[in-house]
Amino acid sequence: MDLFEKLKILSDSAKYDVACTSSGVDRKNGKDGIGNAAACGICHTFSADGRCVSLLKVLLTNVCVYDCAYCVNRRSNDLPRAAFTPRELADLTIEFYRRNYIEGLFLSSGVMKNPDYTCEQMIKTLEILRNEYRFFGYIHAKAIPGADEALLQRLGMLADRMSVNIELPSQKSLNRLAPDKSKTSILKPMGFISGRLRENKRELIKYQHAPKFVPAGQSTQMIIGATPDTDYQILNLSSALYQKYRLKRVFFSAYMPVSTNPLLPAADTPPPLLREHRLYQADWLLRFYGFKAEELLDEEHPHFNPLIDPKCNWALNHMELFPIEVQTAPYEMLLRVPGIGVTSAKRIITARKAGTLSYAGLKKIGVVLKRAQYFIIAGGKLADGLHITQDGMLRSLISQQGLDYVSRQLPQQYEQLSLFSDHKIGDMEVRACLQAKM
Amino acid sequence: MFAGKNVVYEYDGTFDGFFSCVFESFQNKETPVDIRRFDQPQQTLDPARFIATNASHAARVQKAIPQKIGRGAGLLVRDAFLTFLPQKELHMLRFLQAGFAAGPGILRNLTDDTVCTLQKAQRHLYNESHRFKQFIRFSATEKVLSAVIRPRNQVLPLIAPHFIDRYPLESFLIYDETNGMALVYRPRQAAIIPVDNFVMDQPDETEQMYRQLWREYYDTIAIEERYNPKCRMSHMPKRYWDNMTEFCRPARPGLRGAAR
Repeated sequence: MDLFEKLKILSDSAKYDVACTSSGVDRKNGKDGIGNAAACGICHTFSADGRCVSLLKVLLTNVCVYDCAYCVNRRSNDLPRAAFTPRELADLTIEFYRRNYIEGLFLSSGVMKNPDYTCEQMIKTLEILRNEYRFFGYIHAKAIPGADEALLQRLGMLADRMSVNIELPSQKSLNRLAPDKSKTSILKPMGFISGRLRENKRELIKYQHAPKFVPAGQSTQMIIGATPDTDYQILNLSSALYQKYRLKRVFFSAYMPVSTNPLLPAADTPPPLLREHRLYQADWLLRFYGFKAEELLDEEHPHFNPLIDPKCNWALNHMELFPIEVQTAPYEMLLRVPGIGVTSAKRIITARKAGTLSYAGLKKIGVVLKRAQYFIIAGGKLADGLHITQDGMLRSLISQQGLDYVSRQLPQQYEQLSLFSDHKIGDMEVRACLQAKM
Repeated sequence: MFAGKNVVYEYDGTFDGFFSCVFESFQNKETPVDIRRFDQPQQTLDPARFIATNASHAARVQKAIPQKIGRGAGLLVRDAFLTFLPQKELHMLRFLQAGFAAGPGILRNLTDDTVCTLQKAQRHLYNESHRFKQFIRFSATEKVLSAVIRPRNQVLPLIAPHFIDRYPLESFLIYDETNGMALVYRPRQAAIIPVDNFVMDQPDETEQMYRQLWREYYDTIAIEERYNPKCRMSHMPKRYWDNMTEFCRPARPGLRGAAR
């Protein structure tokens, strides 16, 4: 089998893994090798689905002894199989890296023979890269559940980031769809990595040049929509993972029907992209905006409102806190205004030290007022000419994605063409938005 | 602020030349209508005055900026000079006039017209530099990596440290077509030099193979059910596609960037 075919098969099998970040570690070159790593991460291209391609994301092999129902590479799936040799893959990585196609390698693998053997093959690849080529670029390695801890330790000394995928957000779903795996078998390597990370931190305090163990931390991923788990469960789980295992990222992946297993959604179900998007929005709120999971969802409202984003939803339910005065509001409160993000909030803080902020001034420094105008006052005044009507307000707050979603859900309605036809906000949208869940 | 005067400053296009213009403006307590490079076409009927580059004047201005306005101001002026902002010299002069009058606080005044304009241009420069760190594609021949870019700003000084640190043992060349400049590096030596008419070598067989492998990978990695061209385009504007391997396909018309 030639390299082309191998690359095709093994990248095709790896593409459902969503993590492709190269962030979290800033490393200069040692002057005698190739490559460096930038803390912000660098995306080298974007595929036709708009996802960032930062790393060469491949499996070492797609041969697998497991039979997880949600996975393309399950044993029972009739699929061409291939495997890279460690040398082949290391050479390919270096040649791509030289041409600035990629930022490094994302190495995962199906389990061939047994977890330990698989892990050893991965280590061999990374050793060629790190020791022979003196490669200082980014490496993300998947921890193979069930592999010996000594092997995980060696893998972690070579990689920048490691991940163990949770895939299904509850034990019940795991039992149903991945009978070979259990919650503990997944959480064990995760616990091992976070334990080693903590130890390594102490070592680094004692000895400045102690070798670093996964300096960019660990991440995980969950599949959305393959099982009946609610957004509330998923968000709570991810917030617990951030706290307990100190994860750097939790990724969500809308389930792509890859199997006709009766336990899974039908093959023609579109992937729940909007739901995935809302979860990421909420994830950002947890990580950068000081929100807590229980502020966004609770047991009575376990799902996100598809029409408006989670922050807007929260704001509509806490109108007693708004409008806030941009001139005096603290940073934490500015962050809670729909439409104001970290960049805008920081700029507001800087600019208001120099003088009074008007709406024109806000616009000039790049604050987008479309949604924010309903939640702020500047210099004691509402925005000039802002006419608060239900229709106008909803039009500003409901995202285009939300509207598209609703129009897909409703039966097709026919209406006379009009020169000034603009989409009237329907009765149902108003109600859904005003009774905004949570 | 100095009164406006019906005169156009002409200078030689160097950074020191610009600082000499600033010196001239402060010495005569006047603000010219425009500052332009001597080889650029005249826009107004105002008389032109050529300001000869004076190293000691330039040094005085350059030293005063971090002292009186702050390090950030020095950086802003340095970056603004690399941008393609129309009449950038005049904006920079106005900023320096206001800065020397107001002190370090000027940089916090984000709503000020001059500061806002310059910072926007600076952000554009930074964003564009980052885009080229992402999207530059090198072609490997024998012993040299070479790439062509077509930026709007002068990004070479900003991306140079990144690539020099990345490939310390390689020899490489990045040709900036817009500004006729090239970053040339061979181990432990780097320079940005004016170059016109650089033509890339024909790719050899190995190079062709890796290009093809990369295209193969690019096409495979996309998930068809999630096809989202708008999202791709907002992260990676079409302006950059011309020089990217994954979109330069060998003669199979109609397939350009298809990836579906």
